[in-house]
Formats: sequence, structure tokens, C-alpha cells
Amino acid sequence: MSKAIITDVQKCLACRSCELACALAHCQSQILEESLRESPQPQPRVTVEACGKFAVPIQCRHCQDAPCMAVCPTAAIQRHSESDPVLISRDKCIGCGYCIEACPFGAMEVTNDGKAVVKCDLCIERTQVGQPPACVTACPTGAIKFKDVSNISADRRKITAAMISESLDNE
Amino acid sequence: MDKKKRSSDKAAQDVIDQMTRDNQTNTWDRLDAQEPQCGFGKLGICCRICTMGPCRIDPYGNGPQVGVCGADADTIVARNYLRAVAAGTSAHSDHGRTVAEVFIATAKGLAPDYSFKDRSKLLRLAEELEVKTEGRSDADIALDVGTVVLNEFGKSTGKQLMVKRAPKPRQQLWEKHDVTPRAIDREVVEALHRSTMGVDQDYLSLLKHATRTALADGWGGAMLASDLQDILFGSPMPGKGEVNLGVLKKDAVNIIVHGHEPILSEMIVEAAYDPELQKKAVKAGAAAGINVAGVCCTANELLSRHGISIAGNFLCQELAIATGVVDMMALDVQCVMQGLVDVAACYHTKLFTTTDKSSIPGVEHVPMEEAHALDTAKKLVEKAIDNFANRSAVNLPEEKETAVTGFTNDSIKYILGGKFRASYRPLNDNIMNGKIRGIAAIVGCSNPKVEFDFTHTTLARELIKRNVLVLTTGCATIACGKQALLDPSKALAWAGEGLREVCEAVGIAPVLACGSCVDNTRMLVAGSEIVAEGGLGQDLSELPLAGACLESITEKALAIGQYFVASGALVVFAKELFPYLGSEKVMDYLVNGIEKDFGGKWALESDPVKAAEMMLEHIEGKRDALGINEETERKLYSMEERRDLAV
Repeated sequence: MSKAIITDVQKCLACRSCELACALAHCQSQILEESLRESPQPQPRVTVEACGKFAVPIQCRHCQDAPCMAVCPTAAIQRHSESDPVLISRDKCIGCGYCIEACPFGAMEVTNDGKAVVKCDLCIERTQVGQPPACVTACPTGAIKFKDVSNISADRRKITAAMISESLDNE
Repeated sequence: MDKKKRSSDKAAQDVIDQMTRDNQTNTWDRLDAQEPQCGFGKLGICCRICTMGPCRIDPYGNGPQVGVCGADADTIVARNYLRAVAAGTSAHSDHGRTVAEVFIATAKGLAPDYSFKDRSKLLRLAEELEVKTEGRSDADIALDVGTVVLNEFGKSTGKQLMVKRAPKPRQQLWEKHDVTPRAIDREVVEALHRSTMGVDQDYLSLLKHATRTALADGWGGAMLASDLQDILFGSPMPGKGEVNLGVLKKDAVNIIVHGHEPILSEMIVEAAYDPELQKKAVKAGAAAGINVAGVCCTANELLSRHGISIAGNFLCQELAIATGVVDMMALDVQCVMQGLVDVAACYHTKLFTTTDKSSIPGVEHVPMEEAHALDTAKKLVEKAIDNFANRSAVNLPEEKETAVTGFTNDSIKYILGGKFRASYRPLNDNIMNGKIRGIAAIVGCSNPKVEFDFTHTTLARELIKRNVLVLTTGCATIACGKQALLDPSKALAWAGEGLREVCEAVGIAPVLACGSCVDNTRMLVAGSEIVAEGGLGQDLSELPLAGACLESITEKALAIGQYFVASGALVVFAKELFPYLGSEKVMDYLVNGIEKDFGGKWALESDPVKAAEMMLEHIEGKRDALGINEETERKLYSMEERRDLAV
């Protein structure tokens, strides 16, 4: 997987803009004013979970060895290549819920009509045309980012180095 | 938004491009930075009223459907709506109160620079307010008039006096629905009380109070503001002026007055004509002396009364500064962006706040005092002259158009019937015979979310093409002015045949500029007088008229919309600029249910061509109901029959 959604929990204000934008990006009209009376009702694939003084937006991590994929009895959950997101085929999914049990993050939800399961598809239609996922665009504080996986550790190393350097300076 | 397509007006787009080259941010850049804006806010389903919250309702039904207190989407949306209407009402009405205070000070001789310029209107208003006039001086009459008016804001009993201007059936309807406004301040206070946590939690009851509050604005505070300003500063009469950034002059000290209350601006205009100051300006290197121009509704007030040019509407406030030729900008109240400070720091303009109600960090505060208003104004003009030498790069567009403004419920009557037979009869007749299909009001602001000036002017063109006479106020007026719609010599070419024939005969443009946004009430009075003239029904809701505000930004626009609807009109707003869609029930009442109560309703349409069609359909519906669309056979009367005619 080349890019992943990462979250800076310290920046999340729990406004739930990501949830709204996600539901909107996956509905028929994709227009806020028109989306309200749609059937089936738009549904988000990201959930902001509150925990103590922090809130964490949680969505599918697109695991490399995805447990949901392993347990799916109809092979509805697939990924085309290592760099592609894990996707659910709505036609193949029977809504058995095994994947919901298997997911270690709670990132999977039954659809509003109860007949299948939905989860983050990494906004595949948007990313194919060069746009970041809807939750990333919607986040007003930049807490949710769409980053190259290889950069995540490199960036984290730089922050760690800066912290150590600062503490040495202060000594 | 595409940086090249921010404005349909070339002058504005040129300056926007210049600001981009200067690396200076403006309103559009700040909007880009805010995108995407919060969906909960856009739908009105966020409640910040108590600290158990803030709460949000999930518009898709997946998450919570009620706040911590249990309030549902309908209550939350209705409370937000009511608070917005109350804020809009406060803005117009507090403007009115300030005018009333200056009015009283003038009557007491405590504001020597002001006088009562329209004596005839003073006497008419005195009569309406049952103030004795016989054998009394103007100052005595004015003191009593001012006192009665000021009392309208805070009286402990009774209802608003100006509602008597409405047709009788309308007054009865308001009584029946218990929405006749009481004291203006009381309605606003009650709006805030009802909408606090744990009080009114029935969306219909909240919306009913929104109606009553808005009526306190339209038939109270705002109406009184216009009336008193007419008496103090003179009633507008049609006259020529110029509109757009091209009215600024490279070789003059340019002063811009911006905001809504013309109280100090009136004095700045007077100070600018002072020969000493003119001489000083020339000495400072400004060969053309001093040039005063306006932005926003202060501009509308000054153009309609004194022919002072208009540099632009709301979104031009920063652009005017970026031309590099504005030496001073005097700011009063409403629609003054804090972003001006940053823009002024990049160019050379000196900013001054001039009322104690408004101060901005980084802006020098020179508050107006009634007792020596002209001195304050002269001080500001001198500061402008001193700043002339500090100009650097100049990027001044040449575009400007001629605009005829100054149309009011009084002046329209005069131009139609002449001084001795002032009357709406010719207008009524031409509506009845179908040359004019009806009347449309185009009002409101400039919103950076839509291409600048595009929707107002497109709507105006589409309506006049369909033989609908357009009345316009506020920033919409200035948009129309910039595109020559207020210039009879150009705009008549775009009007339909019938409308053109009538406008040519009277000598007016097919789009009539009726002043500032506080002046919207002039249209209500005009409508009431058209009803009284006869032939077009018994109430405002029977008239073939419709209103639109497709580029709204402020809470004031909602108050105006609501009082127009409650007065019986159709009001079209842009859907994405109406942040209350999160409650199906609230929306259903505003676009349907309210019509059964008051004969008017809201409609949502963003496309100006579709909005024009919607308005025309509404107008034709009203014409059908009046029976004036039916062909009537010409009857030839005998002399005897003619003598018996009851006319």
C-alpha cells in the first residue's frame, strides 16, 4: 500500500466533519442540500470515537494481511494489488458479519438496509483522479492526512530527533 | 473558485488579479482557505446554545437525532433561524434608534450641524403619529415625533404604530395570528429568551415568533430609520450618479464612506465641499480636489440623496483599497470586514471607525459626537489629505456606469403623476392592462460563493425581458448599477416591449434603485399604496409581485425575507445560502405552510434564470387570481352611463 490515512489525535476537535463528508462522498447526489432525503440514507465509513479528552477518527486500515479478507466466505473482500485498498464487493457480500467480528479496529459496519457491510474504500474514485479522500479534505485542523506509508516513519523519526535534540539543548 | 472567474464585473476581476500579483489575500482567498465548510453549520443542525453541548444532529440518521437536552433537528433549526432573524432585526432597528437619537438631539438644538431637510415629510409623519402640528415650530414637532419614534423601541405596552400603513386585511391577518409586533426591543429580547435552552421547543411556535420579530423590523425599526433619515437628510429624488471603481480619481484625494448609517457620512460630504479643505487638497498635490465615494449601503444612502458616486458593493470594499488611490476610508456599522485591516496595511489607505458600536483592532477610532459632527468630519477629511502623499503603486480600473437612483414610495408616485397629482394610478393601470406583468424586488448582498454580481444582474435582465418592473435595494442595486441596468439610456434596450413603452413614457429605467437595505420597507409602503390605489386586490398578498435575494450573506437578509413573506410576498433565496435545510418540518413550513397563514412563502433556487421563471409564474398566478389576465371587451358608454360610473 503506497498511501494511508493517518491521524494526529492531538489535532482532532471531534467536529465530525469527516463523518459527514464521508457519507456525502459515498451517496448518490454528492450534493449536501440534495443528500438529505436520499434513500438509502447516506452512511459514513469513518467514526469519531471519543476517549477521555481525545477523540479518534477510526476507519479501515487496509491491513496488508487483512483478517476481514481471510474470513469472508464469499470472497467479497478483495484487493487487486498490494498498493490497492481493501474493497468490499456489494454484489458478493451476503452481510454475514464475520468480517465485523474479525476487524480489530471496529472499522466495518452493516449497511443501513442491513443487507451488506460497508467500510472505508479510501475514496477510490477520488484518489484515482488525484484528489485526497473526502475525510482528509474535510478535516478543518488537518488532523487527518493522506500520506505515503514510507514517509510516515521518516517523518516520525524527524520529530523524535527534534525532541531529543531539544531536550539536550535544554540540559 | 477559479481565480480568474471570481467576478462577472471586469473592474473587480482586474483588481482581484492585481491583489494576487501583489500576494495580498482577499475575501475569495479566505473563502478558499475555509473550504470545505462545516456541513452541520450549512444545514443549521448545530446547537451551541448551552454548555451541555455543542450538539449536532446527524443529518443522515446514523448518529444522534437529538441534543443532550433532547432538542430535535426541528427545534435546533428553528431556534437558529429565530436567532438569525432577531440579529437581522437588531441591525436595522439599532440603526433606526441611532437616527432617532440624532433626530431628537437636532430638535433640542444639541446637534447644530444637522437640520430638518424635508419639512413636508416631517408634517406627514407627525400626522401619522398623531403629533400636533398647528402653530408649532418644526423643532417642537420634531421633538415630539422623535420621542414617539424612540418609544417604539422600548414601550412597555401597545403594538407597533407603523403597521397601520399596511392594508387593513393584512393588519387583521397579523392580529388573527397574533404576530403584530409590540416594542421592537421586546421582540428581540423575547426571541433570545425563547431560544435559550429549555424554553420554546415547538418549531412552529419559534417560527411564529420569528415572523413577529421580523415584522418589528420591517414595519418598525427599519421603516422608522428610513422615515427619520428622509426628514433629517432630505428625501431622495431621482438623480444621476456614477457607479463602479472607475469613480475613484487618480488626481483627487479619494475618501470612501463604508457601512450603513449615513449620519457621519452626511457630514463628511459637507466637509468635502469646504473650500478651505478643497484648497488644502489641491495644495497637497490632488489637482481635482476631494472626491467622496461610497461602498455598501452608506453609498446607496448618499447617492440617492446627494448624487455621491458609488465605488462598489460589499465585495468591493477591499478592492477599492487595492486600487491604491483610496486615501481614507470611514467605517460605520454592518458589513465592514475585519480583513480590511490586512489589506489596508498592504496598500496605503487609512481606516477610521466612526461609531462607538464598532471598533476594530488596528484601526484608529474617531467616534462621531452629535454636538460637533462636522468638526469630526473635517478632522477625518484632513487626515485623508495628509495621506495623499503616501500613495505608491496605482491600479485603478476605468469602468463606471451612469446610474439613476433615488426612487422611493414617495418619489415613484411623483414621477408617475406629477407634483400636483402624485399617484400610483399609471402604474396600477399598466399592470392591469398587462404592459407591466408585475413587480419584482431584487435585494441583498454579494457573496463570494457565487460569481460576483452575476446572479443579481442576470436575474434583473431576465425579469425586465419578461416585462416585470424591477425594484432593487442594497448591494444588488450597486451590482445592477455597475452593469448599466440603472441607466435608462442603456437598460431600456433589454426590457420587454410593454415595460419599455411605459418606462420610456415616464422616463425611467426598467430597474429602479430604491436605496439601501434598510430602505426595503419603502417597497412595503409602495405596495400598500398600490393596493390602496385600487384595482389590484385588497391586500399585499394579492399583488403580482415577487422578491429575490440570490446572493445573501447577512442575518439582515433573513429578517428582510421573513417580513416580506409575512407581508404576503414570494421570496426566492439561493438554496446553498439558506442554512436551515437540516429540518424537513421547518423547511416545509417556510416554503409551504406559511403561505396558508400569510399568503407569502419562501422558495429556494440558485439559478437566476430559473428564479426569474419561478417569479414570473408566481406573478402570473396572482394576475389570474385578480382576473386581470382575462381579455375584456371594450365597452362604449353612452353619456348617461358614463355619468353614472362610480370612479
